[in-house]
Amino acid sequence: MRGVIGLASGLLFGAGLAVSGMLDPVRVRSFLDLFGAWDPTLAFVMGGAMIPMAIAWLIQRRMAAPVADADFHLPDTDPITPRLVGGSALFGIGWGLGGLCPGPALAAFAINPPAAAVFTAAMAVGFAIVWALDRPSGPRTPVHA
Amino acid sequence: MPDYAMPGQGLIGGLMIGVAAAIMLLGAGRIAGVSGMAARAIGLGGGAPRTLALAFIIGLPLGAALVAWAAGPILSRFPMSMATLAVAGLVVGIGTRLGSGCTSGHGVCGMSRLSRRSIVATFTFMATGFATVAIVNAVGGGW
Repeated sequence: MRGVIGLASGLLFGAGLAVSGMLDPVRVRSFLDLFGAWDPTLAFVMGGAMIPMAIAWLIQRRMAAPVADADFHLPDTDPITPRLVGGSALFGIGWGLGGLCPGPALAAFAINPPAAAVFTAAMAVGFAIVWALDRPSGPRTPVHA
Repeated sequence: MPDYAMPGQGLIGGLMIGVAAAIMLLGAGRIAGVSGMAARAIGLGGGAPRTLALAFIIGLPLGAALVAWAAGPILSRFPMSMATLAVAGLVVGIGTRLGSGCTSGHGVCGMSRLSRRSIVATFTFMATGFATVAIVNAVGGGW
């Protein structure tokens, strides 16, 4: 059941990215190019995605548990930490440099596997660095905010 | 609206992404955050059950392939150097894990939940994204 839900969600997510032009780093970068040939498409994608999700959050409040688990597992909505802000700031820099965020990078394996592989492999190295720093066995200077 | 913009397709694709995230939330009780799910899928993060994360991540390119198969080639331009791509990927990997999310988890799921953390995260990565492109263009480092 978990596999089916994950696959259904991933399939529709990837299809949505493809339909909306988000697999084109040039278009994504144009959204971030406020002072150049600005392309507002990404704003429509995010706005469109928030409509079903806003409804889903309303439904979620009335559900005791999700369909395929005993409980909801949701992240905290507070506090604002230096780690949250610093990490997000870094993410935005990488997003601007490459015109890619994680979803489109993974979905792009269907279109341009070599480029997707380079970005994704480097991203995985980034994951591994933070994972290592966060582990108790890691360096003595943890990055917890 | 410039003629290269695709507001209609953007909106339709966005709605599909939102329904996908809703399936994850109401079906599995989890946030459809790609960075978190990807890290979990390859054993570099905690959280969701591995099966769920793997299935979600595998679904992403399959969904894109399905659209390409049904509707024809998908425009996907990569004019940047492989070195730029690698640096961008590394920074995105570190940033999304430190910041606990990316465009999907914070931008779509968290913003629609009115999560304070996600609102701050989204405004932050948008701001540094805008600034990065502006600076790169200004110093002539554009693609």
